[in-house]
Amino acid sequence: MDFGPSDEPVALKILIAGGFGVGKTTLVGAISEIRPLRTEEVLSDRGIGIDDVDGVEGKTTTTVAMDFGRITIREGLVVYLFGTPGQERFWFMWDELSYGALGAVVLADTRRLTDCFPSIDYFEQRGTPFIVAVNCFDGADRHEADDVRIALDLDADVPVLLCDVRRRVSAKTVLVALVEHSLKVLTASQS
Amino acid sequence: MTQWMDEEAGPVVRPYALIGGRTRSSGDTLDLIAMVTSTGAISSDGFVPGPEQERILAMVTTATSVADVASDLNLPLGVVRVLLGDLQDHKLISIGRASASERILKEVINGLRAL
Repeated sequence: MDFGPSDEPVALKILIAGGFGVGKTTLVGAISEIRPLRTEEVLSDRGIGIDDVDGVEGKTTTTVAMDFGRITIREGLVVYLFGTPGQERFWFMWDELSYGALGAVVLADTRRLTDCFPSIDYFEQRGTPFIVAVNCFDGADRHEADDVRIALDLDADVPVLLCDVRRRVSAKTVLVALVEHSLKVLTASQS
Repeated sequence: MTQWMDEEAGPVVRPYALIGGRTRSSGDTLDLIAMVTSTGAISSDGFVPGPEQERILAMVTTATSVADVASDLNLPLGVVRVLLGDLQDHKLISIGRASASERILKEVINGLRAL
C-alpha cells in the first residue's frame, strides 16, 4: 500500500451535533485547530420575532459566523469538524453541512436528553452514520450508556459512549469511535 | 488593504461588490470540503482574475478546501463560492472531491489515536 503524499488529497467531514450549550465547541476546540468561517444565510420566516429587521425590511440575508475545526492527519489527509447550528431556525444549514459527511457525533446531556432528539431523527432519516456521546458534566448523574440508549430508543448498532469533551484524550476517543463506526457502516454497505 | 481599519468597521469594500452583486454562479454547489487546486493555466479568453481571485490562486497552489479558502480570505462563503465558480469556469482551478475509502478511514483512525 502506498501512503505517500502523492495520493490525491482527501478531506473528510465530521459533524458535531447536539443541543445548545452541550459542549460542541468545547469538543472541537479540545482536539483541533479552530478556524472562523463566515456564512450568510437567507432570513427565513422562522426568524420573525427573533431577528430584529425593523428598518431593514428589505434585508433578506444575515451573516452567520461559525467555527470549524481542522485536524491534519498527514499532508493530503485532513479531517474537518463542523458544529451544527444549535438553534432550530438554522436547520436549513444542516443539509449543506451534512452533505457527504463521514458521520456525526451527537452530544447529549443527560439533564436535557430531549435536546438531542432532533439531531438523532435527522441523521437516522438521512442515513448518516452517527454515535451518541454523553457529555458527563460536573454534577450530572452518570447514567450508564445503556440507560441512555434505551431512553433515546437507539438501534442496537449505534455506539453510545460517555465522555468529557473538555479532555483532549476523551475527545479523541469519541472521534475514533465515530470513524470506526463509519468504517463498519461503509464495509457493510460494500459487502 | 484595510489594516488601518479595525475589525468592527467592517470591510471597506462590501463583499458583494467584489462579485458584481451576483449571488449565483457555477460555484454554488461547491461543498465545504471540496479541494481546490490551481491548474497553472493562463486564461486565454480575456478573463482577468480580480485581486481576491489572485489571492485564491496563490493560496491553492497546493490543494486547499473551500472552507479554508473562505476562512483565509475572511470573506463570506457565498462570496467565495462565486469567486471560485468564475475561476473554475475559466479553467484556472480544478475542484476535486475524493471519497473516503476503507484504507483512508483506517489511516484516519490510526492518525487520531496518535494525536
